[in-house]
Amino acid sequence: MTDPTPARVERRSLERAPVRVMSARANLPTRLRNLASRRELLSGLIKSDIKIKYKGSVLGLFWSMLAPAFTLAIYFMVFSVVLKNGYPNFVIYLFSGLVVWNLFMNAVSGATGVIVDRAGLVKKVSFPREILALSNVGAAVIYFLIQLFVLCLLLLVVGHAPAWGFLWILPFSFAALYLLTASVAIVMSAVTVYLRDVRHLMDVLLQLWFWLTPVVYSYEHTIAAALHRHGFAWLYFLNPVTLIVLTFQRVFYVSQTVLSTTAPHPVIHVLPTWPMSTYFYLNAGLVGIMAVLFLIAESIFGRLEGNFESEL
Amino acid sequence: MTTVIDVRHVSKQFKIHHERHQSLKERLLHPRAGSTELFNALTDVNFTVGDGETVGILGQNGSGKSTLLKCICGVLQPTTGEIRLRGNLAALLELGAGFQHELSGRDNVYLYGSILGFSHRMVDGIFDDIVAFSELDQFIDTQVKFYSSGMYVRLAFAVAVNVDPDILVVDEVLAVGDERFQAKCLDRISRFQQEGRTILLVTHSADTVKAICDSAIVLESGQLIANGSVQDALRVFREHLLDDVTERERADAPPGISIDALTTPSGSFDVRSGGGLHFDVDITAEGAVSGNFVMEVFTRGGMLVSRSDPKGAPVNLKPGHNRVGVDLAELPLLDGVYDVNVGVVDPMGNTVYAWREQAAAIQVLYDGREGGIVELGAAIRQA
Repeated sequence: MTDPTPARVERRSLERAPVRVMSARANLPTRLRNLASRRELLSGLIKSDIKIKYKGSVLGLFWSMLAPAFTLAIYFMVFSVVLKNGYPNFVIYLFSGLVVWNLFMNAVSGATGVIVDRAGLVKKVSFPREILALSNVGAAVIYFLIQLFVLCLLLLVVGHAPAWGFLWILPFSFAALYLLTASVAIVMSAVTVYLRDVRHLMDVLLQLWFWLTPVVYSYEHTIAAALHRHGFAWLYFLNPVTLIVLTFQRVFYVSQTVLSTTAPHPVIHVLPTWPMSTYFYLNAGLVGIMAVLFLIAESIFGRLEGNFESEL
Repeated sequence: MTTVIDVRHVSKQFKIHHERHQSLKERLLHPRAGSTELFNALTDVNFTVGDGETVGILGQNGSGKSTLLKCICGVLQPTTGEIRLRGNLAALLELGAGFQHELSGRDNVYLYGSILGFSHRMVDGIFDDIVAFSELDQFIDTQVKFYSSGMYVRLAFAVAVNVDPDILVVDEVLAVGDERFQAKCLDRISRFQQEGRTILLVTHSADTVKAICDSAIVLESGQLIANGSVQDALRVFREHLLDDVTERERADAPPGISIDALTTPSGSFDVRSGGGLHFDVDITAEGAVSGNFVMEVFTRGGMLVSRSDPKGAPVNLKPGHNRVGVDLAELPLLDGVYDVNVGVVDPMGNTVYAWREQAAAIQVLYDGREGGIVELGAAIRQA
């Protein structure tokens, strides 16, 4: 039974409540503020992404390890056993590059179609749409951390010490990697709304990108000399993933110069012989460039977002 | 009163693709083909809603109601103009739009809460209320994909109304769920009103607007054509509905009919409860028309007291002046003022030929002690 004349309940006055303005196009600072204020939604989406992915599967999160482990095993077989590249501890070389590449590839290929796939949500509920792309990046970061942990276990088992002195550069490398991945993910998620082909194109592009990055081969050992001779080395380093991969390899694989395991045991230059300061300056600079790239990606997304409803 | 929603010069244009070229090949082959047309869904809409008001948005399908609501909720961005909001807003636009079918009800409550902009901690505090309101305690850990559509909507509604919004935006979601759940929703909405929250309600049901809104606005092809009291807004809404109907069916519509005046022999519409009232309706027709006469009686609060059978009273109108007499014998209404709407509809009762909203106001005087709107004269005896 409801009270026929309930007393009017006192509510907080809205007189001092902040005013939110919604207009044609929010400027970049507003967009970033909105994004920052919805961190909770981001973590919620990441959690649900991971939960859904392994819902009902017996091995659960273990699958997220199995696929990269398999890739690692295949590349190891092909390059170390079949092609006999002769790098000692090639698994560690391979793994330290693959963790970086896996983060980038998982996030970008996941985010590319995310806005199209979640059209129902995008058309009905208000929230910064780039969060959908960022949740894919977030999930990829979680898998990255798990893989990094496994890499550390591997180092422990093999008894291979990382370059402790270089360890402090990793956070810079990671920051650059995160910003790069987020930027590409955000832009691709929006572009796919207009051009559905981009999804398939991205699969091909990512493969090409992978082979342009020194993950399964060594830049120094294979193509550096040729590129330098023709003055194209800078072109190779336009790929920002390269520097990040090199830094991870420098930290975990450590040795710049090794003796080949195959007879007649020649000397191999696996990694560039840069001093620590070069790694630091390059990585710090890359963080700056990637931060700018992120801002550009955000404003591109803002521009494309305005017409989502007539394209979805 | 503080202005909570301030809509300023809002226009929204949509691009309509006549031929969609979404694949790269098609875009390359037809760079200019696939002409797009601009469609104005909203044109320079202005209005404000004060703190604690309940405002109805009326309009036919395609009048821009939902576009306006989506702009207010931030789902769409206005093409020009801006909307200023104070306080947090919960929208019942499409219930359960954020649900993930693979996740359990519990996970979805938290996820949906965070999509609506509420923190994990806030949802923790009201989780039990949400489950109680949705009546899904047994199923809360079941995956949502196994829910029936009713359960689905109940859960979504429960989250939206329990998260303590300052502004609640409702878009015809009350039509879902069984009757008991609908009553519960209406009850919750009236509690929101008593708590002084602001409510914006989209509907094309005049009855809902009369029942719960303080004021109303009317949209017609993206333009605001009325903004004010519920009575005025409803009058404008009905008139435009009629214009539209006659325009669309001009071909088989009869020549113009207009309802001129309602008169009583005494000139007064005052009547004693239980007494009779006779009034005449003057109708001018441009040609001979046969149709049916319809009459509605409403309370001032907007409740429909009675509508005559739309197929029950055939009238054959001659060109020129006609008079239809209405006899209300032994009017059982209680004290109050009642509005009378009259109209002429086609013989099948489908098309309205002419309509006059609030054509007269009947003042009923009642000496007895019964309460309500109608005297039943119940004889009560102890057995």
